[in-house]
Amino acid sequence: MADVGASPLLELRGVTNTFGALKANDGVSLAVGAGRIHALLGENGAGKSTLVKIVFGVLKPDSGDMLWQGAPVEVASPAAARKLGIGMVFQHFSLFDAMTVAENVALGLDGARADAALERRIVEVAESYGLPLDPRRATHTLSVGERQRIEIVRALLQDPKLLVMDEPTSVLTPQEVERLFVTLRKLRDEGRSILYISHKLREIEELCDAATILRQGRVVAEVDPRRTDARRMAELMIGSELKGVARPAARAPGEVRLAVRGLDLPPEGQFETPLRGASFEVRAGEVLGIAGVAGNGQVELMRALTGERRAPRADMILLDGAPVGALGPEARRKLGLAGAPEERNGHAAVGDMSLADNAFLSARHVRGLTSRGALRPRAARAYARDVIAAFAVKAGGPDALARSLSGGNLQKYVVGREMLQAPKVFVVAQPTWGVDAGATAAIRQAIVDLAAGGAAVVVVSQDLDELREISDRLVALNAGRVSRAVDAASASVEEIGLMMGGVHGEPPAATGGAVGLAH
Amino acid sequence: MNATIVVSIAMSIVAAATPLLLAALGELVAEKSGTLNLGVEGMMLLGAVSAAIVALTTGDLWLAAGAAALAGALGAGLFAVLTLSLTANQVATGLALTIFGQGVSSLVGKDFVGREVHRLPEVFPAALAEHPLARVLFGYDAFVYFSVAAALAVAWFLSRTRAGLVLRAVGEGDSSAHALGYRVIAVRYGASLFGGAMAGLAGAYFSLSLTPTWAVGLTAGRGWIALALVTFSGWRPGRLLFGAYLFGAMMIFELQAKAFGLTLVPPEALAMAPYLATIAALTIISAGRAGANLRAPACLGKPFRATA
Repeated sequence: MADVGASPLLELRGVTNTFGALKANDGVSLAVGAGRIHALLGENGAGKSTLVKIVFGVLKPDSGDMLWQGAPVEVASPAAARKLGIGMVFQHFSLFDAMTVAENVALGLDGARADAALERRIVEVAESYGLPLDPRRATHTLSVGERQRIEIVRALLQDPKLLVMDEPTSVLTPQEVERLFVTLRKLRDEGRSILYISHKLREIEELCDAATILRQGRVVAEVDPRRTDARRMAELMIGSELKGVARPAARAPGEVRLAVRGLDLPPEGQFETPLRGASFEVRAGEVLGIAGVAGNGQVELMRALTGERRAPRADMILLDGAPVGALGPEARRKLGLAGAPEERNGHAAVGDMSLADNAFLSARHVRGLTSRGALRPRAARAYARDVIAAFAVKAGGPDALARSLSGGNLQKYVVGREMLQAPKVFVVAQPTWGVDAGATAAIRQAIVDLAAGGAAVVVVSQDLDELREISDRLVALNAGRVSRAVDAASASVEEIGLMMGGVHGEPPAATGGAVGLAH
Repeated sequence: MNATIVVSIAMSIVAAATPLLLAALGELVAEKSGTLNLGVEGMMLLGAVSAAIVALTTGDLWLAAGAAALAGALGAGLFAVLTLSLTANQVATGLALTIFGQGVSSLVGKDFVGREVHRLPEVFPAALAEHPLARVLFGYDAFVYFSVAAALAVAWFLSRTRAGLVLRAVGEGDSSAHALGYRVIAVRYGASLFGGAMAGLAGAYFSLSLTPTWAVGLTAGRGWIALALVTFSGWRPGRLLFGAYLFGAMMIFELQAKAFGLTLVPPEALAMAPYLATIAALTIISAGRAGANLRAPACLGKPFRATA
């Protein structure tokens, strides 16, 4: 490693960046020491991503200085950042689906071509850091965890002094997270620094040596995460007292509202996961969590439950005892089964339509937003306003286009639109994906309250903490199979992690067993 | 049928395929970068009329070819400014470019209609192309050899060079490419201009070799065939080469069938044959393989705004 002396590897001084009226960063200063894992902690919209883009040369700050090993530098482009020794692992991976792993890596290196020499280097680096990767595979055939490895290997091939990672664990299983942490600690021990962006406090406690907390574009605190209480960090992050989900007192669950019996669903396309004999029940007043790594049949199960895909036999899915497997989404909605899929913009909502028009799409029968085939725009706008008010959606009113909302706000709108129809059964996928802590708490509370009101709720999520917080019982989805149900309160993370299995094709025993989250 | 007729049929197939190949190669590169320019026909007409005017006024055929490439590139440049810099809709702008090319070419070509252009010379000396079989290989002008070389060069460029990789990346994921520090708009400008220059050359082939003269609407809709070839070839230069020659062959067979007085099928049905056969053939060869390798570039036709 280069001699870094006493000055930190990277230092930012008074960085300010303004978009229109919004100050994304307001006089942010931070210093990352050599050989340290430094956390950048903050909610969505706190200015983390903007700051990272400045460090990586994608954005130019309006004012402020950046120092590299004590000397002021101007990072005009990502290429300049790479030249300094800054590597980047993006949150929304900067990958090209139609290309091979090697081509994707080559695009992140300066002047590289995807040839045999590069393929060898990829395999070498991948193996020495425990990130197995086949350079010839087409990227769209890989799991999310494998895709992330492409980004990491790409960054490591440049021998970076500083690795910037934007929310790297949001899509990984506990075992994958543990494996990633092993890699990251190894990198630190080699003397490299890592700027680790996250809002997951437990990971930061476990991994990081220092933390800078951002709120509304400003640094609100510098803490040592190893010595600071997670609750305290969370409160600094959101700027108010953190409220946990209030669960109703335990009581006997009611009737079985939704039953899935031996649901087999062959794959429709090359990259779909078949469902194999999926069986589970959800009772009135109960939240059933479905854990699992993406690509194990979550999307397919959601589509089967909402009716986007019909079950092979009607009695494979029972709603209040009546077979609904042969019915489409519209018919199921009328019977009280509502759903909110994972992809909010484009699946749950039409981005180019207003919130009121989006209300028609799912609530027109239950809420009477049409009359004899004609739309009732005033009723729809009133309903959209109700949803906006009840779920504190930040939007310009019922006429705002769905795509103009931030991810978290659109999610609140989509979930609220279904919940205000008072469904008997509600199925929702990744309810708080990419949603900030405040909105997350609101959505989770709404889910618990809906169940407390007598509905049966199915939550498909990759976030184990979330499932343990709101579910009564948990099952895991692995390669299209649904595991036995466990009690959410008493099951350990290790147990659930093993139920979820490893990455595609890897037996969980190979990575699991000995590892587990240390907490 | 004697050898001379076979040779002349083979040679007319090559001649018919050449402008398709040139225009389609240019469009393929443009589409690989994510820009969908439906104005190929218009750019071909601009090229054809420029080549005719320059050839008739200066007598310099190479200058004429250069002018055609420049005219096509200017048309593409107009398209690029509107769609890439001003983010106008690509489909509408491309259609407008075709109409624009039709109008401009008939306007500026008014005084040149029907005047015979001195035809492009053959590349190889006549002695080499004396034998009928040798003529099939050595009896063409420079455009023919250039078009085949260009197909190989484009294939090599896209799959083997760094610049080609970046161009494909821009077409597959504009925001990813931007995040990695590639200049999405600049790459697309370059690809569009190349597409325009190739379309201009394709037009020049009509007025310098095929006809060789200028007439209103000289390119007779071949720009649209070139566009279709790009799609049906699955954005692969090798398949494009095959498709262009297949279409050329079908067109010549149609002409021959008419000439021989084939009355079994109505002439209108015969005229459809090249289009149907080419589309059918390319669809069938594409259907066998996994679709993913032959799909359109993911960002094709989508406007890109750098929001950082």
